[in-house]
Amino acid sequence: MLPQIAMATGFVLILMGLYGALTHRNILRMIVGFTIADTGVNVVLVSVGYLPGRTAPILDSAVPVADAATRIIDPVPQALVLTAIVIGLGVTALMLAYAYRLFRARHSLDISNFTELKW
Amino acid sequence: MTSNFTSRAAVALVLLLLLGTAFWSLTTGYSADAALNRTAEYYAVNTPAETGAQNVVTAIIVTYRGLDTLGEVTVLFLTAAIVALVLGQSKAPRGASGSGFLPSGELLQTGTKMLLPLILMFGAYIFVNGHLTPGGGFQGGAVLASGMLLLLLADPGKRFRKAVIHRVESLSGLFYVLIGLAGMAWAGGFLDNRILPLGQFGQILSAGAIPLIYTLIGLKVGAEFSSILESLEETEDA
Repeated sequence: MLPQIAMATGFVLILMGLYGALTHRNILRMIVGFTIADTGVNVVLVSVGYLPGRTAPILDSAVPVADAATRIIDPVPQALVLTAIVIGLGVTALMLAYAYRLFRARHSLDISNFTELKW
Repeated sequence: MTSNFTSRAAVALVLLLLLGTAFWSLTTGYSADAALNRTAEYYAVNTPAETGAQNVVTAIIVTYRGLDTLGEVTVLFLTAAIVALVLGQSKAPRGASGSGFLPSGELLQTGTKMLLPLILMFGAYIFVNGHLTPGGGFQGGAVLASGMLLLLLADPGKRFRKAVIHRVESLSGLFYVLIGLAGMAWAGGFLDNRILPLGQFGQILSAGAIPLIYTLIGLKVGAEFSSILESLEETEDA
């Protein structure tokens, strides 16, 4: 049951973030929406690696080295999510920098004022 | 305008409803595995003997998938460079940025003086212990950069010595690649951590080159985040 709850939380976060990014007109609010969706993706990925009744993939006194394979959860999604978090931060920083440039160009953060690429 | 807005929200809602249906079937149809898959089992069984690291996630990131991590650090460097390029065109004249703010309060300034050494030490602790406890270079680097953010909040007009940040960043990147090449020369391959003795399992000076590599990653990530923060701070409106 636990992985389903975590996974559903992640999916709800993705939907909330996408809804915010699709409906808001303010660029900063859209960026917040994208970061929420990004967090949701990470939660889903981590929940996929969860195995019932097991513990974190750290072989300290709680997990004897000999039966590590039967005691720890899948470490691969966690390593992937660590990468995804760092890349997500880079994407957010880039979005904020571009938002600032757009603000300097038009003195507005409303996406309706930027129509050059609209068809 | 309002009808336009509601129709847009309706389209978004329909799209999200479809997506939500797919997510719903994924969630209800999901059942967790009973055992590790073969890749994960390999990592779980062989990490102590092959890398000497307690933290399996660290072993994967720094050793088994070390090349990917080098790429990830490069992506971060690219982000910092592009942010500096994009924001550099609207840089404030010297001494003008940050002057429009009220001075930050006494609490924040005194608190920064007290907390900054502790924050920097905590960041270093996190990346030095990356092979033993949860944490590592990226997390420790982010903590280091949060100390820099506190410094900027306490004194918005403050400027770091940019040369120092760039020197730290490029030197740690250079040594990271050199350690990787040393792995090719004296151990099993690029970024192999066995160029140094594996030491005793669970000690701080163990796991070969992993603490060294994670320290370099921590310094590099901290310097990159700091330069992003600085670029965002140096704009005309800040």
